[in-house]
Amino acid sequence: MIEIKNLTKDYGGHIAVDDISFVVNDCEILGFLGPNGAGKSTAMNIITGYLSATKGSVSVNGYDVLEQPIEVKQEIGYLPELPPLYLDMTVKEYLNFVFDLKKVKLPKGPHIEEICKLVGIKDVYHRLIKNLSKGYRQRVGIAQALIGNPKVIILDEPTVGLDPKQIIEIRNLVRMLGKNHTVILSSHILSEIQAVCDRVIIINKGKIVADDTPKNLSNNLSNDLSLSVVFEGEKEEIIKALKQVNGIKTIDFVKEKDGECEFNIEPRAGYDIRKQLFDTASLNNFAILKMSSNSLALEDIFLRLTDESYSAEAIKRSLKTKKDKEEK
Amino acid sequence: MGAIIKRELKEYFTLPLGYVALAVLLYFTGDYYSQKFYSGRADIAYVFSCMLFVILFVVPLITMRMLSEEKHQKTDQLLLTSPTSITSIVLGKFFAAIIYFLIFDFVLLILFLAYYIFGASPDFMVFLGNSIGFILIVAALISIGEFISALTESQIVAGLCGFAVSFMLLFVENAANYTKNDIVLKVTSWLSFSQRFSNFSEGIFDVANFVFFLSITAAFLFLTIRVIDVRRWA
Repeated sequence: MIEIKNLTKDYGGHIAVDDISFVVNDCEILGFLGPNGAGKSTAMNIITGYLSATKGSVSVNGYDVLEQPIEVKQEIGYLPELPPLYLDMTVKEYLNFVFDLKKVKLPKGPHIEEICKLVGIKDVYHRLIKNLSKGYRQRVGIAQALIGNPKVIILDEPTVGLDPKQIIEIRNLVRMLGKNHTVILSSHILSEIQAVCDRVIIINKGKIVADDTPKNLSNNLSNDLSLSVVFEGEKEEIIKALKQVNGIKTIDFVKEKDGECEFNIEPRAGYDIRKQLFDTASLNNFAILKMSSNSLALEDIFLRLTDESYSAEAIKRSLKTKKDKEEK
Repeated sequence: MGAIIKRELKEYFTLPLGYVALAVLLYFTGDYYSQKFYSGRADIAYVFSCMLFVILFVVPLITMRMLSEEKHQKTDQLLLTSPTSITSIVLGKFFAAIIYFLIFDFVLLILFLAYYIFGASPDFMVFLGNSIGFILIVAALISIGEFISALTESQIVAGLCGFAVSFMLLFVENAANYTKNDIVLKVTSWLSFSQRFSNFSEGIFDVANFVFFLSITAAFLFLTIRVIDVRRWA
């Protein structure tokens, strides 16, 4: 279990992490999400003991990072943003060095071999790291984090630079590790977090702006969202009819094409207007050709939470362009 | 610490740097050695005192990448997040460099023993005194170089600064001779590495000289550890 309390990091006036608190339970896969410069890496560097916090405390499985750094570091396997590789070593030499460095008590040969198999670097085992492609280097970095079978694994953007097939492999690996490890994973790719994590923490400008499961996040923020409805009929008549419906906050006309009118209709908070829309339409004799709710994808939630200037208008626009794309 | 020493030594001899530096050392050693040898004198102290000038260039070459390169390549993140203390990282690198220079010292031992083969019988204590003095000076210079390397991310800067500081410490009394100030002369001759080395060179083991070099080494190793530790708080 990782407990983080009131963590603050002040780089001489620039506050990278601002009073963050959260708990990561055992065998949980936590996604750390945020735009570039949000403080993800700084937070991870503090948890792993690479940096010290200005204020606040971090404890890993009961050990305090400041007071028992060696014990904490023994519990953690860490892949930083740039994999810390010695380019002049072969993969074999490097992993053997890490094994010695971490003072691992497991049988050396079989343990390293098992990890190599797991991350798929067996065929480059005897090559110089300098000559490996970015994807392979990243995997060697992950292998390094797994050495010694630490209980907590922290991966800072583990899928950067990998091709789609490798990304899926790494995701599966993370999911598998999550069964008996605590995993913290950072990313700015939302689909990745959505696919792998049990829980998401969205961080922006050093502050936590959301902490929930991906599903709940998507649900909670979608309540007040608008419906997209396509009617068959005249624009003016439809608007006139819609104005009679109780519970509608705004009616936005989107476009008209071949006698089909599309509207974005936003209900007042707490109103479900779908049935009323249907009744109104049937009463006035214009058919509803399509009705869908503009539920927010994690991507939109992310934009919404991390950008103050991102007004409701802007969200609407982004939803619209997304829909246009889908239609194409 | 063992893992660090092993890796460093391996790196000396997988990168060309380790070989090149050793080749430079051995070239000059051979040169000074044979000068005296052909004039029929078994004078190992002369070789050592000349080599003092050469290691001025070689020690910064070895120490410049020690910590700066780790920082530059971000491999310090691996070292500092592994269950190893900063002390053992700094000491590991230090001892690896010491071992490297002991290899060189071993070559000098072979050259010294060669005198016996050719019928000369020089005093072994002279070799021992020179060796100990040499290694003590090297240790002090390595710790200074390591400290400078911890301060910067650039190898070149670390190398040049290391060279400048070593040069000053070795030959500070030469510059001081231009002033007639007694106090300046006293301080500089106290500080001068080469003056202290001349004691060892004659086979005199003065405790003050041991303490001097060992405290300089310890002080700069301590400072190196502090610099790395403090950087985490910045």
